[in-house]
Amino acid sequence: MYGVTQEQLDKIDELIVSDLIGVGVHSVIVVDVAGNVIAEHDNGTTNIEVHAFAALAAGNFAAVDAMAQLVGEQEFSLHFHKGEDESIHFSKINDDILLITVFGNDVSLGFLRLKTAEVIDKIKEMWQTTEY
Amino acid sequence: MGFVNVKKQEVLVKLVYYGPGRGGKTTNLDYINNKFKERIKTDMVSIKTHGDRTLFFDFLPVDIGKIKGFDIKIQLYTVPGQVKYNATRKLVLKGVDGLVFVADSQVEMREKNISSFNQMKENLVSMNKDITKIPLVLQYNKIDLGEQGVPLLGFDTMEADLNSELKVPSFEASAVTGYNVVNTLKKAISLTMVSFKQELL
Ligand SMILES: Nc1nc2c(ncn2[C@@H]2O[C@H](COP(=O)(O)OP(=O)(O)OP(=O)(O)O)[C@@H](O)[C@H]2O)c(=O)[nH]1
Ligand SMILES: [Mg+2]
Repeated sequence: MYGVTQEQLDKIDELIVSDLIGVGVHSVIVVDVAGNVIAEHDNGTTNIEVHAFAALAAGNFAAVDAMAQLVGEQEFSLHFHKGEDESIHFSKINDDILLITVFGNDVSLGFLRLKTAEVIDKIKEMWQTTEY
Repeated sequence: MGFVNVKKQEVLVKLVYYGPGRGGKTTNLDYINNKFKERIKTDMVSIKTHGDRTLFFDFLPVDIGKIKGFDIKIQLYTVPGQVKYNATRKLVLKGVDGLVFVADSQVEMREKNISSFNQMKENLVSMNKDITKIPLVLQYNKIDLGEQGVPLLGFDTMEADLNSELKVPSFEASAVTGYNVVNTLKKAISLTMVSFKQELL
């Protein structure tokens, strides 16, 4: 088992709220590759079963990653599913954790990618796990 | 690997049901889902084929209460048992904290049980996991078929085939009637929590 410090969790929450929810993203989940939810936030308008979502997201990401290797790619850097009203964007923070955002048509993909890239850099910098 | 969230005071634990195709892994989760409806806040997620075979996994989160002030959330998964899905099984095993191996007690399933068990060991090795360290419970399922005259392997044979080296807890069970389904789960949880408590102390 592993964990991270309260300070890190606070900082991650802060980043998600200010840099992602604050710019119009509907829902954000940080999940590890095992499917465990590390942090989650939404803007109050969505109602996602977060643990089920995380399990599926981690599985989906892992499956797409495995497909990338089969076609000779290291990884597909962009995983994006476009819906009529809601879209889902997946990105890797590091080998162990993923950032998943759910957003509507009012947020452009380009802007979202910019924002997630910034948040990812900041989380990556401070991410340090402790084994229990 | 379980995640300990100090901020939310919760521990997330991943328990995976592994075993040969049609052995009864999904049926175990169905039974648990029905039995503990009040403790399970979300619907079971099943990614399956039209024929009801597991295609990717089943997922069922169960809250079991508090240990040392932490809310313990057990996240149950099944792997797809069909031989061709080993790549998918490995994905589901990522970060596993504890395992239940569901074997099929029917005589004709003997080889399939053994090869599935051996592949599970290989898969764990490929992920740098040590089978002797990971909490594991064996379940010899479909014991109810004996009453209908179906030839069964019997406890001693299954122990000799699957449990002669590891000597982990094992249960005869019937996922359809529910016999020993909860005992299997409880044992797997308690083994996993023992290793958690040791790690946390
Ligand atoms: N008689 C009897 N049948 C069972 C039992 N457990 C499962 N079955 C039946 O066996 C079949 C396969 O069960 P599943 O739970 O779908 O098997 P599985 O291990 O999830 O199979 P895969 O998803 O292909 O890996 C179903 O028809 C179940 O009803 C049992 O204890 N007794
Ligand atoms: Mg199944």
